[in-house]
Amino acid sequence: MSVEWCESAIVLASRPHGESSVVATLLTANYGAHAGLVQAARGRKGGGIQPGNRVIARWRARLPEHLGSYTIEAESNGSAALMDEPLRLLALQSACSLVAVSAPEREPHPGLYEATSALIDTLPGPAWDAAYVAWEVGLLRLLGFGLDLERCAATGVNDMLTYVSPRTGRAISESASEPWRDRLLKLPGFLIGRGTAEPAEVLDGLLLTGHFLERVAFAATHSPLPAARTRFVDSYRRLVSTSAI
Amino acid sequence: MAGVEIEKLVQLLAKLPGLGPRSARRAALTMLKRRDTIMIPLAEAIETAAQAVRNCTICGNLDTEEPCNICREPHRDSQIICVVEEVADLWALERSGAFRGRYHVLGGTLSPFQGVGPQDLSIDALVSRAREAQVTEVILALNATVEGQTTGHFIAEQLIDAEVKVTYLAHGVPMGGELDYLDDGTLTAALKARR
Repeated sequence: MSVEWCESAIVLASRPHGESSVVATLLTANYGAHAGLVQAARGRKGGGIQPGNRVIARWRARLPEHLGSYTIEAESNGSAALMDEPLRLLALQSACSLVAVSAPEREPHPGLYEATSALIDTLPGPAWDAAYVAWEVGLLRLLGFGLDLERCAATGVNDMLTYVSPRTGRAISESASEPWRDRLLKLPGFLIGRGTAEPAEVLDGLLLTGHFLERVAFAATHSPLPAARTRFVDSYRRLVSTSAI
Repeated sequence: MAGVEIEKLVQLLAKLPGLGPRSARRAALTMLKRRDTIMIPLAEAIETAAQAVRNCTICGNLDTEEPCNICREPHRDSQIICVVEEVADLWALERSGAFRGRYHVLGGTLSPFQGVGPQDLSIDALVSRAREAQVTEVILALNATVEGQTTGHFIAEQLIDAEVKVTYLAHGVPMGGELDYLDDGTLTAALKARR
């Protein structure tokens, strides 16, 4: 007797296994992040197993707890459109790394799958950077560390929310933030439907989500933020500072 | 079944690319049958290579000479450096005979999942080479994978101050390839790079 399923998936990561195979980690709606062996996946035939690509994956194993093996059929090549776009490619790699490292394995995560799928569709288009920050806010919520950006934690009003408490993740209004402003994280307006996402604001958003990803989501496993995410933020910061976006 | 020595030989051969335990056993048997013509010369060649072959301190290529033959060749174009991931890629480009410049072997690509960062690759040495007066172009001949291209973009960023032209290999339809069999990513790249 064996177990088997087949569904659409997003490639999150792959690492070489032996001479020609890889162990691929895929994100599916019903099985969450799920690893499996893909045989003869390197070299000429390995193009489909790249982070961000959508595939139809058939997973088979003798027992559910086994690594099992995948048969993969390419559905769409999300990474190809971004190969010439350094920042977008880094954003894709960052998103895939974050999910691969933080999402619980083999648990249904339809929300995360849908959100990540939508992000991949958005990355080649305009306002991709704001979409990325919004996706990280969503990731935090799905991981159980949602930010409360509805109203001010101090006054209860929802007018002019401009900061976030680095400890609680709750929004703080402009007036209430006065005494602690240097210790608070900036809340970019586009995250609460106010204003457009200028690069400097997107960077504020990345620093905001990065703080909570590091402090709550990754601190639980005593691991640092993925290198791809750090590299993405560094590159974005450099481009903001040279105003080249 | 076989002696310890033979088992050890089979186990070591099975670690080589392209050889599994069965083919390693066959290779071991062939060597044992033809000791004078294959086994002993092979053992001597392996020992000699192990002693003599080193990574070139300039480009990272494998050679018995220091610097390597390619770095020493005077007729090569010193203005262009072609950056490759591994020595195998350098050999592939040399087989093609299409490039007559200098090389630089990175030793891999940036890989967040395998913990490979910029400090693990020969990027600083490349930046130093690119700053030499005679260098005018750096070709990033890296794999068309997410990790390969991310590494390429990272290197391009490091070379901003070096005042060299940074180019990438083209992506698209392979020679002899039929459009019907190509994946949509390759087709998209080919259309974008049409001329």
